[in-house]
Amino acid sequence: MARKKNRMSQEVNAGSMADIAFLLLIFFLVTTTIASDKGITNILPPKQDPNVPPPDIKKNERNIFKILINSNDQLLVEDDFRDNTEGLDQDIKAFVLNFGNPNQENVDLYNSLPPSLKGISAKDPESSDHPNEAVVSIKTNRGTSYELYLEVLDLVKKAYFEIYAERVGLTADEYRALSSRDAAEKELMQRGKEDIPMAISIAEPDKTGGE
Amino acid sequence: MAKFKKKTKTEENIPTSALPDIIFMLLFFFMVTTVLREQELLVEQKLPQATQLQKLEKKSLISYLYVGKPKNTSLYGTEPIIQANDVPITTNDILLWVNQEKDNLSEAERDQITISLKADRDVKMGPIADIQFELREADARKVLYASVGKTK
Repeated sequence: MARKKNRMSQEVNAGSMADIAFLLLIFFLVTTTIASDKGITNILPPKQDPNVPPPDIKKNERNIFKILINSNDQLLVEDDFRDNTEGLDQDIKAFVLNFGNPNQENVDLYNSLPPSLKGISAKDPESSDHPNEAVVSIKTNRGTSYELYLEVLDLVKKAYFEIYAERVGLTADEYRALSSRDAAEKELMQRGKEDIPMAISIAEPDKTGGE
Repeated sequence: MAKFKKKTKTEENIPTSALPDIIFMLLFFFMVTTVLREQELLVEQKLPQATQLQKLEKKSLISYLYVGKPKNTSLYGTEPIIQANDVPITTNDILLWVNQEKDNLSEAERDQITISLKADRDVKMGPIADIQFELREADARKVLYASVGKTK
């Protein structure tokens, strides 16, 4: 059996396959957009029944953190004029965790907080009574820019998420990434949120200011 | 001089058969992670920036509303318009549109519908507030203000 010395190369030439794959790859790169279903979630209030008068909400003024934005994108935060949104998240955190006039339940809540959050609490009788009562209210004008509105909403969310995350010992980014599908993560989420509801009220905008 | 030319036995060509595999891997990655753009955008879209972004878990529940200045100004003018699916609609049509979107969902998920509001950053709050009011009327109260991460 004489072996043939000059055998054909066994390798298949696959160089052009790369070309074809590249072509497909570039096609997909160009025609697709990476799905960006990210954003700030919010739940709108239920619609009002015209037959039922709006409920009389007796909230103490001190339990509402008022943010007003006018059509020139100027802010009025708790009756103080502001040019920009700097430091707003810290103010909201201090407002929510003020514990000015807590009842027994909220004293327990206060005692369960980590020391870093306890430090924020000023116990100012002129500010919110306890987190369960605290409401952050954002009121815009028809001429307010959407960008600024979202920026303010973003900061309010940030304040709450930082509180939640701090309670369970995570960073805010980690906390936001928790998914409710995983039982252990869901439990963490619940523990962060417990007794501190994210109460954000978005008031109907004023009619003035134009479109 | 030919005597010095030593015949080397090493292969001259580099084996490239692994290259397609790598490219295919990339290709599959892109095929899986991306979606084909389903509809043509009629409005300008520069999403606002935010930091506290959250991801929605169920994509099938999301319906999209695009708000912004129309691209075709000769046809639609310069005021911001609302686009649902492929067509521009007015605020009065939102109620109908939401109900149509709800019909596409199964019975159990109908009240969990989420509206992703993809509004351009130059839009004013006036049209946004109108949309929010209509969404409340239509009982589609979960809203996602679509935005992109802040790059700082």
